[in-house]
Amino acid sequence: MRNAFIETLFELAQADRRIVLLTGDLGFSVLERFRDELPQQFVNAGVAEQNMTAVAAGLALSGKIALTYSIANFPTLRCLEHIRNDVCYHEANVKVVAVGGGFAYGALGATHHATEELGVMRLMPGMTVVAPADPVEARAATRAIVAHPGPCYLRLGKAGEPNVHSAPIDFQLGRAIRVRDGADLTLISTGSMLKTAVGVATRLAEQGAGARVLSMHTLKPLDVEAVLEAARETPAIVTLEQHSILGGLGGAVAEVLAEAPDAHVRFRRIGLPSMFSPRVGSQDYLERMHGLDEESVLRTVTELLG
Amino acid sequence: MPQAKTIEIPPAELARRIRRHAVVMCSRANASHIGGSLSAADLLAVVFARFLRFDPAHPDWPERDRFILSKGHGVSALYGVLGECGYFPLAALETFYQDGSPFAGHATKGVPGVEVSTGSLGHGLSLATGMALAAKLDAKSYRTVCMVSDGECDEGSTWEPALFAPQHRLDNLAVIVDYNKIQSFGDTQDVLDLEPLAEKWRAFGWSAREIDGHDLGAIERTLAALPFEPGKPSAIVAHTVKGKGVSYMEGKLLWHYRAPRGADLERALDEIDGRLSDEDEVAE
Repeated sequence: MRNAFIETLFELAQADRRIVLLTGDLGFSVLERFRDELPQQFVNAGVAEQNMTAVAAGLALSGKIALTYSIANFPTLRCLEHIRNDVCYHEANVKVVAVGGGFAYGALGATHHATEELGVMRLMPGMTVVAPADPVEARAATRAIVAHPGPCYLRLGKAGEPNVHSAPIDFQLGRAIRVRDGADLTLISTGSMLKTAVGVATRLAEQGAGARVLSMHTLKPLDVEAVLEAARETPAIVTLEQHSILGGLGGAVAEVLAEAPDAHVRFRRIGLPSMFSPRVGSQDYLERMHGLDEESVLRTVTELLG
Repeated sequence: MPQAKTIEIPPAELARRIRRHAVVMCSRANASHIGGSLSAADLLAVVFARFLRFDPAHPDWPERDRFILSKGHGVSALYGVLGECGYFPLAALETFYQDGSPFAGHATKGVPGVEVSTGSLGHGLSLATGMALAAKLDAKSYRTVCMVSDGECDEGSTWEPALFAPQHRLDNLAVIVDYNKIQSFGDTQDVLDLEPLAEKWRAFGWSAREIDGHDLGAIERTLAALPFEPGKPSAIVAHTVKGKGVSYMEGKLLWHYRAPRGADLERALDEIDGRLSDEDEVAE
């Protein structure tokens, strides 16, 4: 996903000199081409995320489209008040980009597990929050956030994820993508969990159950209509995210369902409880440990369907 | 067409008016932070009357010089100078702190002439640095001046742009430290001693000068010398007195918090306006 992001951004930046990319001293083997070919639009701000964020805001208030780039929690939680006051309060045209969403850096330890930042970014007034599912969505999301005036957060995975989408997609901020349809439940995923959702839906189909799958790439503004439609048209909704079940996709969908006047739908959030992972390991290992792998999700969904 | 406007008010008179507005505003609103507004008044008067290029009729003029009050709590002085410069009618100052007013207790965008909203310390210098960097990238000639407090130099995030600006040779950027030596809950030397402060800026790659922040001539000469060295950002460590201009406030932590009321207010205005006789001085 990070390669899809930087390739797309490079193309956009060649055509639009307002685009400035700031990095918190990360991007080895990723950002070199951008740095070398567009030096007037590239800033290595050093390991200083608070300054990077506020400098980006200052650039944006002077007419630039500024992107900050780092990994895991560094461009979000480390400099949260700078995002709140300097970016969001000023409605500055800054895009915060994090590589390594969820357990992508699973073996590096809980400091590098980005498992609360979607919820935290959702709380920021005026912030658009986007977590694409695969390189196809990452390309489209990059174009969309750069075109969207105002603060955005883009959560990327890492490198080498397969494409989940095999056909061209209609990507619009705030509009879920219906990847497949079914009448027995709806699986709503965000970020890289789409792959798991599609896998589970395929397994369910083999058992004779039809699952609608929504890729909720935009967490804010949430596609409320898609959630309500799922509640009306399918008897169960399950959310899937590599994130705390508090505040992220599960929280956002729960908020919608709780206020829906006539939603009588079984509902389950699959994600992390509010905890640090007690073990480190590969993304696959940690997904299994926390019930986020295909087998575990299938089991949970089957139980819910009774 | 926007064009730089000349401020006809002499700095000494402008400083007097800034102090008067600040004292009256804080008194009326029962607001904190008068001490840090009075320490900054002379600096603000010279910066606005003699240095910055701006057009109050066009606050968004792209070529304007930028002034960032990073010590957002000193805003009563900023609103006063902006009003005197013609950004808005002076009567608007009466709404300071009031229900529904844009004139908030910390510098808040939306008031004409206020570049950015501040109030949490350790943000403004980075914002100013971003603006200065944008000017360099776009080959524009506007300059950016940022005023920080001494207490604000406790913030690690003040020293991140301190590293960044010299790296990018931002000689279109100047920081002014309103060094009144008293922070929220003690003397700076007792809380986190900043000394040697000018040396710290130099060590980070800035060209730094120390001045008396109440010597109007020295302030004007110093600003005229910007940038002190080509290729380097400039730091002005301005030695000031908290509460300057009102004798009973000078050097007193209490006036970070208390608002002058009643006889205190009258005495403050008399001193600012120079109406005190020798007899009054002796009587004290």
